[in-house]
Amino acid sequence: MPKKPLLEFTDKGIYCSMGKFYIDPWKPVDDAVITHAHADHAYLGHKHYLAHHHSREVLLYRLGEIQLQTVAYGERVMKNGVEISLFPAGHVIGSAQIRVEYQGEVWVVSGDYKVEDDGISAPFEPVKCNHFISECTFGMPVYQWKPQADIFSDVNSWWRSNVEHNLATIIVGYSLGKAQRILQNLDLSIGKVYTHGVIENTNEALRRNGIMLNPTNRITAESSKEEVRKGIVLAPPSSVGTPWMRKFGPYSFGYCSGWMAIRGAKRRRAADRGFVLSDHADWDGLVSAIDATGCESVYLTHGYTATFTRYLNEIGFDAHEVHTLYGDDEGVNSVPEEEPAVIATQPGMDAENLEHFPKKVSPTGGDLDGAL
Amino acid sequence: MKAFAQLFLSLDETNKTNEKVKILKDYFNSVPDTDKMHMLALFSGRKPKRQINSTLVRNWAIEASNIPAWLFEESYHVVGDLAETMALLLPQNRGNSHKTLTEWIAEINALGDKTEEEKKLWLLDSWAMLDSSERFVFNKLLTGSFRVGVSQSLVVKALADLTGIEAPALTHRIMGNWMPDTYSFAQLVQEQSASDDISRPYPFFLAYPIQETSEKQKSADELKAALGDEKEWQAEWKWDGIRAQLIKRGGEIFIWSRGEDLATDKFPELHPFLNALPDGTVLDGELLSFQNGLPMPFNVLQTRLGRKNLNKKILEESPVAVIAYDCLEYNGEDIRSKQQTERRVILEALQAATPYPEIFRLSALIPFNTWNELGKIREQSRAMIAEGIMLKRKNAAYQVGRKRGDWWKWKIDPLSVDAVMIYAQKGHGRRADLYTDYTFAVWDGDKLVPFAKAYSGLTDAEINKVDYFIKRNTLEKFGPVRTVKPELVFEIGFEGINKSSRHKSGIALRFPRILRWRHDKPKEEADTIESLRALLGE
Repeated sequence: MPKKPLLEFTDKGIYCSMGKFYIDPWKPVDDAVITHAHADHAYLGHKHYLAHHHSREVLLYRLGEIQLQTVAYGERVMKNGVEISLFPAGHVIGSAQIRVEYQGEVWVVSGDYKVEDDGISAPFEPVKCNHFISECTFGMPVYQWKPQADIFSDVNSWWRSNVEHNLATIIVGYSLGKAQRILQNLDLSIGKVYTHGVIENTNEALRRNGIMLNPTNRITAESSKEEVRKGIVLAPPSSVGTPWMRKFGPYSFGYCSGWMAIRGAKRRRAADRGFVLSDHADWDGLVSAIDATGCESVYLTHGYTATFTRYLNEIGFDAHEVHTLYGDDEGVNSVPEEEPAVIATQPGMDAENLEHFPKKVSPTGGDLDGAL
Repeated sequence: MKAFAQLFLSLDETNKTNEKVKILKDYFNSVPDTDKMHMLALFSGRKPKRQINSTLVRNWAIEASNIPAWLFEESYHVVGDLAETMALLLPQNRGNSHKTLTEWIAEINALGDKTEEEKKLWLLDSWAMLDSSERFVFNKLLTGSFRVGVSQSLVVKALADLTGIEAPALTHRIMGNWMPDTYSFAQLVQEQSASDDISRPYPFFLAYPIQETSEKQKSADELKAALGDEKEWQAEWKWDGIRAQLIKRGGEIFIWSRGEDLATDKFPELHPFLNALPDGTVLDGELLSFQNGLPMPFNVLQTRLGRKNLNKKILEESPVAVIAYDCLEYNGEDIRSKQQTERRVILEALQAATPYPEIFRLSALIPFNTWNELGKIREQSRAMIAEGIMLKRKNAAYQVGRKRGDWWKWKIDPLSVDAVMIYAQKGHGRRADLYTDYTFAVWDGDKLVPFAKAYSGLTDAEINKVDYFIKRNTLEKFGPVRTVKPELVFEIGFEGINKSSRHKSGIALRFPRILRWRHDKPKEEADTIESLRALLGE
């Protein structure tokens, strides 16, 4: 009988039968190792969680009372004789690649990652391995990012011009990751930063975790429209087009996402400004990251998996396409970038959280698992 | 070119009409007059002649991008626009160019007599000098596929603000047979007389639909409330042909279709009657194929339009005549400001004098006393080979463009069947990387036969759901086309149905579109090929 692989793809998630643990499982399991706190990777309902120190407070804020163990990058944890260690993925604060080793064989699960150093997440570190399980959200050569300094220079001059024209400035990005990345790169000499409640809750969780963030002002019912207009508002994708957003009018709203690289996607979003800023690796980033692992085989979990797999095979990798519930497959345009695809509903989850974690419904009412 | 590329970027960055007009004005103010005219030409559909075959452009772009051809094709399906795909895939530019739009277009036009190798060198050098936003508009110029997200009326508005000339006059002046090298900005803004360009048509007056959607019926009472007294209106059939303006000036004749294409040579049957008209006459009407004095369905004319050469057989099988309904110029005088009824009197007199009454026909007025009565007459539209009824206010002037108030179209309800989606393909432009182009099928026994493609009719939210379904229920992929698990049922509406030997189902539909998503119907309850054949009226 052929040897069982160290990591397998099951209907609950990526599974290590030797170590009896799952990585980013989407159905309740006993032992879950979590790459990062985004909702399509960190589901509710597991008995035990293992994640990076910097994911602690956000996970507790999002998932409530869970049994959570956190570790530093590089620290080793043994589970049933299998060694687990976490390495920076550069995706968001606290995001990690999971390295799994048993009897000299090494597998790495990338979770989501980007190769550019964003200044707030620990920068991506290539990890040598035999088998690499990678995302490829932007696995098409048309996606090529400019350095973030260029993008933030555009963001800041747009903000400055809005202030001059007495327009409110609303910048939209996902509440964990993008929001803090924007916050740390704004030119605070222009004005103050105001935050939507969902983003401020995440900021507070991160601050509890000892992360130093620039000062922010939570928007409340008492916030003065005139004052807000002189500053900039950080808002999550779920707030676009809501009465909450409209009350700041007249405004200009900018959307930060990798999808903004394509004119059609940008026009669909109907943002005043689209900034091409992503927390995922671009085409060259993906190819270089995979190459740097020196892996014998690579498994692509989500994104343009079919295309990217074919390309990797043509340039000499042993690449395989696998189906998971991460990201949104290539249904990337159906939901805003990095918006969680599925939520595990939790009793007592408040309305604010619900708005932030929109439930994905299958249009046919069919069971999603049927697609696996 | 930098200014032109920036114009595109800026127009993309706002959805507000006023800001778009301001951006256009800023552009006009910042570029030389020759650039203004090139921009106007491009924005009004006057594209430069294609000097390099687009397959070559594509192949050279693939080579320069250093990716396999299949990956280029996949990228194109994600981006949904060839010029943009090339702009994104080409390597970073090595230098900069400060050439104006006029200079670039002159270089493109000079390519005609160059060898393939020279063209390639020129193109690779040009790409290397342009950043990705410049490359995008440059590629658009090169491949001659210029569609912009801004209407001609906004461009005219910006120009009107800038020059102080009224928009209708400007709209008129940028119509007709000009190109930037024959028409200067100074000429455009000068006082003009009709003799400047004897071929120039007037802007078409277009009707608004009286009911917002074909699903919402207007009752006679609602019509009364909206339009008032029946006596103030004239009614005609809404003919299903090609809208055209026919001009006789200075001994010459010109036939313009509504897309502003000069189509004089396409309709030789019309030449004798046009030549017989008095000089200084412009007619508005519908071109249709006729047989035994009766109009034929649109697809007969469509087949003919597709032919490069008109041979004797085609001219005999589908001879064209005009059903005229308006007169815009008489004795060399622009009479658009006269009332509808006055223009009608002139039109009738012209028609009465023609030696070719079989070719120069009048659009008959439909007598009616009440809206209710007209509603009943409208139900006979299909038998008349008409699309419904046109309502024109008797004292209406002939206006510019689509205006509410004086001309309304009251179309008949579409025919419809319930059909199953079986294939899907990604869309373009705003719908790039989303499955929005669908093929539908009806049952033939226990098989599904495809009979129509439709692109429109769903809301953005519905499109997202259908896209989500398709990506998870793909059976097979053939290039860009996916075979989808037959499950989703839609009601497909169409204006007409005809036999066709070119289609597998044996039928061809006119204007098929999605009326609604039938969540309530399982695929087994979709319609059959027999129900479609029954609609053929056989």
